[in-house]
Amino acid sequence: MSTMKYPAFTMPESNARPMSERCDSNLTRLLAADEFVVTGELGPPKGHDAEEVRKKARMLLGSVDAANVTDNQAAVVRMSSIAAGLIMMNEGVEPIIQMTCRDRNRLAMQADLLGAYALGIRNLLCLSGDHQSHGNHPGAKNVHDLDSMQFLRMVSDMREEGKFQCGEEISGGGLQLLVGGAANPFADPAEWRPYRLAKKGIAGADFVQTQLVYDMECFREYMKRVVDMGVAEQVKIIVGVGPLKSAGMAKFMRDRIPGMTVPDATIERMAGAVAGIDTEKKAERSAAWKAEGIKICIEQIQEMREIEGIAGVHIMAIEWEEAVKPIAEAAGLLPRPIMEV
Amino acid sequence: MIVAEQKPLNEIKSMLKGCKKVLAVGCGTCVTVCFAGGRQEVGVLSASLRMSTDLDGDVVNVDEAIVQRQCEAEYNAPLEAGLDEYDAILSLGCGVGVQSLAQQFPEKRVLPALNTKFMGYPAEHGVWEERCQGCGNCVLHLTGGICPVSRCAKSLFNGPCGGSQAGICEVDATTECAWHLICENQLKLGLFDEMMEVQPAKDWSSARDGGHRRIIREDVRIPDEEKA
Repeated sequence: MSTMKYPAFTMPESNARPMSERCDSNLTRLLAADEFVVTGELGPPKGHDAEEVRKKARMLLGSVDAANVTDNQAAVVRMSSIAAGLIMMNEGVEPIIQMTCRDRNRLAMQADLLGAYALGIRNLLCLSGDHQSHGNHPGAKNVHDLDSMQFLRMVSDMREEGKFQCGEEISGGGLQLLVGGAANPFADPAEWRPYRLAKKGIAGADFVQTQLVYDMECFREYMKRVVDMGVAEQVKIIVGVGPLKSAGMAKFMRDRIPGMTVPDATIERMAGAVAGIDTEKKAERSAAWKAEGIKICIEQIQEMREIEGIAGVHIMAIEWEEAVKPIAEAAGLLPRPIMEV
Repeated sequence: MIVAEQKPLNEIKSMLKGCKKVLAVGCGTCVTVCFAGGRQEVGVLSASLRMSTDLDGDVVNVDEAIVQRQCEAEYNAPLEAGLDEYDAILSLGCGVGVQSLAQQFPEKRVLPALNTKFMGYPAEHGVWEERCQGCGNCVLHLTGGICPVSRCAKSLFNGPCGGSQAGICEVDATTECAWHLICENQLKLGLFDEMMEVQPAKDWSSARDGGHRRIIREDVRIPDEEKA
């Protein structure tokens, strides 16, 4: 914790067009109408089987308004987010394509965005990207031609001014993409985090999705700062939640994942879920943990709905996509509204 | 200064395969200061090579030399006279030194004994840290005197990423988060407002991305007719 005081900050007035005019995606329409949105996440396979993507997409269908398709997440090579996004779209789930600054320079980014747009993709999440030293090609050269803030600015300019980053005009006009970024309320310096979210809004983010939130007390504090700065009026804030699978997973996330906080009370609750179940009965213990994880997640969503400045939840259940529907259902978020143009 | 470290002995030995006699040439500037290629390191490496190749039964004779600045031709010139007897030059200079020797003595093989690592700063005795990547367009005035190009694993320009934890970079538990330090410095200097300015996309054409770099200073150049 820094001993120095951060200066007061208020979001500068925005001259952005109304949300509804920026893009024609379902997610945009729901955000523009101030619906409490639900997004999900789909991790593409470490292979080329389209059926794997379809299967996961079908699990999310009807439970989310749109779903992120990760881009070489954790710096592990997987099917391209744009290709997997198109497969998912054909199953009826609207994609939010993730793209990192790690793997592409500004030429590749813009070329791929033109292609994605031509294929009908309308939502984009701009990320720095996990460092390749954590992934399966640690000897790779990283790019970082732009950082995530500059990436947001570039895409926002591609939409609003119809221009490439170099200033030349895009033939056919601007890309009407909904542009988002990521926010981690729990990374350090803690005082900086609301400012970083504000800065993403200034750079051009229409929405942000946060890192997984388990620590509600810290998160409330963060949201209060964000709302006081006037950020939530300009940037739609979608909060990351996710069901824990076991007490071990909760501990792992607390101790090993950078920028992640899991309160001890949550870990104790997960541990308590298997009280009285013999350690040999693995399937029974796993079921008890999963049920408790889902329950905690549902309670969290209900609490989130009461916090000022929150536009929706991003339910992250990677490799456990079937959990999304029961969570959304029990949290009273189903059926999802469809807003036609 | 330029910071380098010696290659593993076995790698150097494999480069020397087929050589009977080599000249190990150290450099008296950067690599002396970082204990990688000064007089002492030339002595130790040469002795190690002699003993090790002798044990292997295929001895390489290693003579020792040092020049004050291997990256400048005039310091290397005195080496020329005795070069005929050597099969190769083993340079303990930085990458610039190795190339200077190779350019100057094109008939000789010049082999690198060091890996040149970075432009750095001696953080403590025996510890060197990277400080500059020579991107050709300095931004230190915007970043509290701390370089985000060389010291942030993602070369970010707009503040610490979500992987900064307790002042440490997510990439390596022993590396300070450069942007955490920049934040603190900007606050100390009363310049935090600058952190909220979105820094535009960097023009990397001044870095190696723009192609091989060269500086021509006409004001200090010697006209052709005056060159002896």
